[in-house]
Amino acid sequence: MQSFQQSDVFGTTVEWNGIENFASLWRDETYLASFKTTAVFSILVAGLGISLSLLLAFFADRITKGAWCYRTLLILPYAVAPVVAGVLWLFLFSPSVGLAAYMLEKLGIHWNSLLNSEHAMALIVIASVWKQISYNFLFFLAGFQSIPKSLIEAAAIDGASVWKRFWTIQLPLLTPTTFFLLVVNTVYAFFETFGIVDATTKGGPGKDTAILVYKVYFDGFKAMDLGGSAAQSVILMFIVISLTVIQFKYVERKVNY
Amino acid sequence: MASITLTHIQKTYGLGAKGNTVIQDFSAQIMDGEFVVIVGPSGCGKSTLLRMVAGLEEITKGDISIGNRVVNQVEPSERDIAMVFQNYALYPHMSVFDNMAYGLKIANKPLDEIKARVAKAADILELSHLLQRKPRELSGGQRQRVAMGRAIVRQPQVFLFDEPLSNLDAKLRAQTRLEIQKLHRELGITSLFVTHDQVEAMTLAQRMIVMNGGVMEQFGTPEEVYNRPASTFVASFIGSPPMNLLKHAPDLAEGQILGIRPEHLEISDHGWALKVDTVELLGAERLVHAQFENEAITLRLDASLTAPKIGELFHAKPKEGCIHHFSAETGKRL
Amino acid sequence: MIERNRWLTFLTHLVLCIGVIVIVFPIYLALVGATHSSQEMAQSPIPVWFGSEGLTNFKTILMGEGPGVTTQLPVSRMMWVSLVTALCIAFGKITISLLSAFAIVYFQFPFRKTVFWGIFVTLMLPVEVRIVPTYKVIADFGMVNSFAGLTIPLIASATATFLFRQFFLTVPDELTEAAKMDGAKPMRFFWDVLLPLSKTSMAALFVIQFIYGWNQYLWPLLMSTEERMYPIVMGIRSMTAGADSQIQWNLVMSTAILALLPPALVVVLMQKWFIKGLVDTEK
Repeated sequence: MQSFQQSDVFGTTVEWNGIENFASLWRDETYLASFKTTAVFSILVAGLGISLSLLLAFFADRITKGAWCYRTLLILPYAVAPVVAGVLWLFLFSPSVGLAAYMLEKLGIHWNSLLNSEHAMALIVIASVWKQISYNFLFFLAGFQSIPKSLIEAAAIDGASVWKRFWTIQLPLLTPTTFFLLVVNTVYAFFETFGIVDATTKGGPGKDTAILVYKVYFDGFKAMDLGGSAAQSVILMFIVISLTVIQFKYVERKVNY
Repeated sequence: MASITLTHIQKTYGLGAKGNTVIQDFSAQIMDGEFVVIVGPSGCGKSTLLRMVAGLEEITKGDISIGNRVVNQVEPSERDIAMVFQNYALYPHMSVFDNMAYGLKIANKPLDEIKARVAKAADILELSHLLQRKPRELSGGQRQRVAMGRAIVRQPQVFLFDEPLSNLDAKLRAQTRLEIQKLHRELGITSLFVTHDQVEAMTLAQRMIVMNGGVMEQFGTPEEVYNRPASTFVASFIGSPPMNLLKHAPDLAEGQILGIRPEHLEISDHGWALKVDTVELLGAERLVHAQFENEAITLRLDASLTAPKIGELFHAKPKEGCIHHFSAETGKRL
Repeated sequence: MIERNRWLTFLTHLVLCIGVIVIVFPIYLALVGATHSSQEMAQSPIPVWFGSEGLTNFKTILMGEGPGVTTQLPVSRMMWVSLVTALCIAFGKITISLLSAFAIVYFQFPFRKTVFWGIFVTLMLPVEVRIVPTYKVIADFGMVNSFAGLTIPLIASATATFLFRQFFLTVPDELTEAAKMDGAKPMRFFWDVLLPLSKTSMAALFVIQFIYGWNQYLWPLLMSTEERMYPIVMGIRSMTAGADSQIQWNLVMSTAILALLPPALVVVLMQKWFIKGLVDTEK
């Protein structure tokens, strides 16, 4: 039904100039650099996104009063569009008027995300992590709450302190959730962060924050290199499919106890 | 090993006028090395009481002491107790060995000692061949034994059991009851066992607490509870089929209830006039349900005797010295 | 459980408060920025408390007139575009995936499993991956700069179909059999039985898809070359297109607030369903 219409849109119209397109990509330094940039970016986003939300979820799980209030506020970034998130953080870190930029200057750091690639990367990482924390937080919180209370009580009676219980009982039991979020966060970093990059650094300075998906857009629609862009799309497609397959194999197998 | 003392325990959920008091004013003294069963219907507060002893629930008023130490403010991890949960609460990601060794590892005991203690407990509970398995690979009965093994290995002052047999099938339950009895004979650790099953209570307890609606109805040995129940509740809760409680009987004073156990009624030529409703054959015994002056009454007779037929009229007489009297108003024994 | 560690409770609230502050700060700042004039926002450091220009700023951007406007287009038009897009996508996705899941679960047809996984894998690809070919198809259809172009390529959904499929699989067979015996045709069964049962899932999905549709950026970027078809998230982007020192931050912030308000409201008001749906989708 509808799916066939969808398949049409996707499948039948990939522009092929033969293998030549793919070959030239391998030879293209900027493409390989983009790969590296994307890898660094995803590791930072996934790593920070997961650890920070785990921390917040752990503490949120411990309270009964006011939990609702914290949770409502913490899920707000989910509603914010990536591009809007980019704009907000662009504002905060704007070298001329940004509050964060101002405070960094006071600390002696000359912040300039327009010229300094590391600053630019930091900016998109911060904006991306900020946006993703809500999603991760919700899953981790659900994960914590799905651990039967009696297990925690048993561990307490066995003599384990709060810290020990976290390390030996809760964290191991959160492995499926963590793995799932790892895949989701990586896919997120690869694709959904387009808006953030476009709003903040536009791939710059130069090409230093041009993650793969941004490059596909740029090459295809700004530089009008349709063939190269299409080839890049195909490669990205394979990456997504393999990530998704890994995730599904894992979920279907379900780490059971 | 230690005694457990509960003094004027009150448990209230919620604050002020909206509070729900589930346990009013509960006091009991459990001796060192004793096996005490708290038995009562669902919702009577027995699990809450146990959890307060464990430190899993706050105590609203009153004191709990383990040994000579008041433990109201002491965290569960520091009370030197072990608990067997109803759903076993085994750590799913650890092997049987690690489950049992967990508490000892936390206490930083040397590895040799851990191995020795786990091996010994596994031996007693016949788990030695299962030590490397994960809980999901075990049957219900095996999981239950691992839960007990985890408790034994710690050699605590007190054992707490929260309806540990409820999830087992009847045969396994009977078998595990015997194992628990044996364990207590061997280890002699003070134990507090909570259940809603009066058979478990009668067979396992050295003394038992019968509880209803947050109140202690009776605290005594199984014999005392069975032969001299302190109230109509105890009388009808302990014993199966339950004691007959009659509001009308010859020579029964106003405002009194007469109690007679089904096995203490004999067929006779003269006596109470009964009309048979139904008869159930249990194998070695027969239960005769009859009507006596518009009240239901049950007799337990040996199967070898000829049974009265349905609709038949016959006479029965209570055995000497087996009649109990209770106040109709308070339910208490007179 | 009895816990005597007062310090831990304090730490808990401290960490959560810091977390909330860091998370909410950008949004708070946007609110502040939206209530000041452009001069006040051009100085460094910018004010951290609310100003008085709130109404003026909102009126400016909504009407498209007044000091410092950089686009021809009133934000109200852009919000309308976003709203239509988001609602079309949300309702479209729910309808289509309900029907697809229904077909997949309840009908036996040859190669059923292959079809399911085929659809599924294809739809798992985010739109960002297929922009070039999809664009070509839509352009050939002449649907550029239209609502249809904005919504149709995004309407089929893997996650939604999957969610409903999982849910339908939990509906007991007895229910289907009873309906059959009562003489109900398949569509009748779908309408009278399955749909009411799926209400919670639909609500949860609505939240997720509405936000997805409202926040769509890359696709409209390609689809809408005319300003009148810009959704609000694109409008914001064009406002930050100038040199850093010339951006009208106060207006940008007002637009940002408007851009995030509807999805935020949907999330907060439908929190319960949303969280349940989010977590259940993946389990």
